[in-house]
Parts: sequence; structure tokens; C-alpha cells
Amino acid sequence: MAVAVDRDQAFLAGVRRIADEVCGPCADEVDRDARFPVEALAELREERALSAFVPVELGGGGVSFEALAEACLQLGRRCGASAMVFAMHQIQLVTIVRHLDRGSWFEDYLREVVTDQRLVASVTSEVGTGGDMGRSIAAVTPADRGAFMFEKAAPTVSYGAYADDLFTTARRAPEAEPGDQVVVLTCKEQTRLEQTGSWDPLGMRGTCSPGYVVRAEFPAEQVLGTPFAQVSAESLVPVSHILWSHLWLGIARDAFDRSRAFVREAAKRRPGEPSPGAQRLSHLMSELSLLRAEVGLGLREFVDASEEPGRPWLSTMTAALRFNNLKIAASEQAPRVCQGALGVCGIVGFKNDTPFSVGRHLRDTMSACLMVANDRIHQTNASLLLIAKEV
Amino acid sequence: MDPNDQIRGVLAEHARLPVDASALADCADLYQAGMTSHASVNVMLALEDGFDIEFPDHMLKRSVFESIASIEAAIVELLAVEAA
Repeated sequence: MAVAVDRDQAFLAGVRRIADEVCGPCADEVDRDARFPVEALAELREERALSAFVPVELGGGGVSFEALAEACLQLGRRCGASAMVFAMHQIQLVTIVRHLDRGSWFEDYLREVVTDQRLVASVTSEVGTGGDMGRSIAAVTPADRGAFMFEKAAPTVSYGAYADDLFTTARRAPEAEPGDQVVVLTCKEQTRLEQTGSWDPLGMRGTCSPGYVVRAEFPAEQVLGTPFAQVSAESLVPVSHILWSHLWLGIARDAFDRSRAFVREAAKRRPGEPSPGAQRLSHLMSELSLLRAEVGLGLREFVDASEEPGRPWLSTMTAALRFNNLKIAASEQAPRVCQGALGVCGIVGFKNDTPFSVGRHLRDTMSACLMVANDRIHQTNASLLLIAKEV
Repeated sequence: MDPNDQIRGVLAEHARLPVDASALADCADLYQAGMTSHASVNVMLALEDGFDIEFPDHMLKRSVFESIASIEAAIVELLAVEAA
């Protein structure tokens, strides 16, 4: 136990250092130029943070899921895009680790992630499915010499051009129904990416997420054994929503910290005079606390449920509602906090080049409600609420 | 009515399968046969209504509704608890 705690602490100390010394100083440039945070990724690789969650017996860092979530928060405080790239990579890895069959190709793959610090991107959304990750058009199709292939048109692939490997969902076979999906992990050498769109968005600009047509050819062993429906309910969806919400909390926290620094500065300049921003800041703290409470509780519930043998709760509709709601609540609350911070700082917060600028924070968190559109999640929840008993 | 037939009736009406529900094998995977998550909720509601039962939360998961056999086992269990 003590060893595990030490591992977490050492990992988090490294991540905090990278956040402060590398992510923070580059964040404005990454945002302005919509460029990939190469410095942050180089440092995270150096720190062996890309394999932090891989079990120790496979050579990885063996850190806890809580430590991973905290790392997303810490990176989010300094650069939303770097945090999002880190989080998305970890979502793929956590999913693979949690559904690992002993002796499978995926075990060797994780060892390679450790030695090469490979970066994994995901191709889960698809043109033509209306944003429903639970359905695919692309299918795993027999190719030459016993191999398989797929072709998938994805509206966005975050950091697709910078990833070493792709984690893709597709129908199990050409004749399979849209919901009968599997996960395929393909390496860069097996994959061809044809960019189909540009990337000049409002926020999260450094994630470099244009659309692509993805084509890959691969042996059968690179298809994950567990069906995607199970992988999705037990891992991919809750893990995504927890890690995303942690980094959104991180961004919101930095916006709050900047507005607090602004109020303190004003108070020092005019000692004894009431500052209008001070009252607003106090209100803002309540908003931030709500976000922090929801995010922290979601993490706790997931970790507790994951410790039960067979983790039965995670596959229930109650759990789906729970983690869907975490995503909706956090994605709405984070930009609310950032907007509140803007209200406190006023024009110096609105300007992009002051110590109190919060424009990037606001724009980055505005992406939250689109990452799996909240409207679609509400649609799912509306249906689940009809049948779930205790929510 | 035999529970198995009643379940097939509910599936025919609510599962929106591209195949004939009465011709499905008891252990055929309903999701693989094309039942969507949304349709499965309507199936659950119709089963609760038709059998006058309530599926507790721990039963509200994919594995319980993935085949006629698994649905029947769950319903038989709930009816037995009610009769006891």
C-alpha cells in the first residue's frame, strides 16, 4: 500500500512540474496557433507518464486511477489542450488495461507503450451515426491473406496526426448490426489517414482534431476480445466522463484563481475600500465548489464500484445515468465558473494578454458540452429515467 | 400465456428487430439481432407492464435483456419472489 502511495506521489510531482514549467508557458501559443503541444508531450514521455496506468508487471507505472484523474486536473490548470490530449490517451489505455485478456496481443502492446511511450488516439465518432458512439457504419471486413481491414469516416480525430496508434470502434463484421461493435487497436504503420476537414475551432485548439477517413489493415488478434457494449459501459464512458470532468475542473479552478488574484491585487491597491469583485468572487467560489463536489463524487463512486468483483454496478442503467449526468453537470458548470471569473476580472480578464486573462479558459470549457453532445446524452437519460428505479 | 410466448409478443411489438421475434432461438443475442438500447427500454417497460413486475436496478443491465432465455430467467425469479 505504501509503495502504491509513493508511486502516485512521485507521478503527480512529475506531472505538476510539467504542468507548471512546460504546459503553462506554452499554453497561449498552443491556443493562438492551434498547434499541438509538442513540448508537453515530449516531457510527459520523458517522465514515462504515458504508461503511468499500465500495471507494474507489464513494466508500467502502476499508478491509481485517482492519481490519473488528479493529473488531468493539474494539467488542466495550466493548458486545457495538453490536459485533453493526456486524458484522451489515458482513457484508451485504462480501457485496454481493464479489459485485458492474459496472454493476448494487447498485453504485448502495453509493454510496447511502456518502452516506446506510444501515444494513442481514438476514432469512436463516425459521420452518419448522429453522434451515437453505440452504433457504427464501418465494419471489420476480411482482407487478403487472412487479415482484416476497416474504413471509417470520422468527423474528428483528436491529435490524429500526432498519434502512434489508433483505438477505433467498428461493427464486428460486414453483416453485423450497427450496435454490434468491437474495438480495434492499430499502429501507425497499419493505418492510413486522409484528412477531410480543417481545424480552426473556438477552443481546445491545441488538440488538433480535424476529420479523417481512416483506413487500416490488421491481424485478428488486434481486435479486443470484450464486446464494445461492455467495454463502453464498464470503462470507456465512465472513465471518459471522469477524466474529462477533472480537466474541466482544472481549467475552471485556474480561472477562479486568476480572478482571486485580481481581487487581491485590487484590495492591496486600495486597502480598506470595498471591491465589487470581492463579493462576486465569493459567489463564484460556491459555483466552483458545486463543480468540485460533483466531480469528486463521480470519481469516488466509480473507484468503489470498480473494486467489487465483476464490477456489476457499472453495467447497470443506474450507473449509466450517474456518469452521463456527471458529464452533463460538469460540462455546464465549468464554463459557468469561467464566465463568472470573467465577470470578476472585467476588461483585464477579457484581454488575452494580462495575468488575469480567462478568455482561453472560457473557450476551452465551452467545448465540454459538445464532446459527445449533451443533447444526445439527455436523450439517452430521458429514456433510462423511464425504467431506472433509484437514481 | 406461457412466459416465453409473452416475451416474444413483447419483443415483436417493441424490440424493432429486423427479424421475426417468434422465430428467434431462446438464446439468440437480441442486441446482435438489432435491438437498440432505446428499444430495449421500451421492451423493459412493456415486460414490467405485462407481467406486473418491477425489475430492480441490479437487473437493469444488458446481460439480463440480451436473450429470450435470460429475460425469462429474470422474470421467473421475480415472480417466484413475489409468490413467496
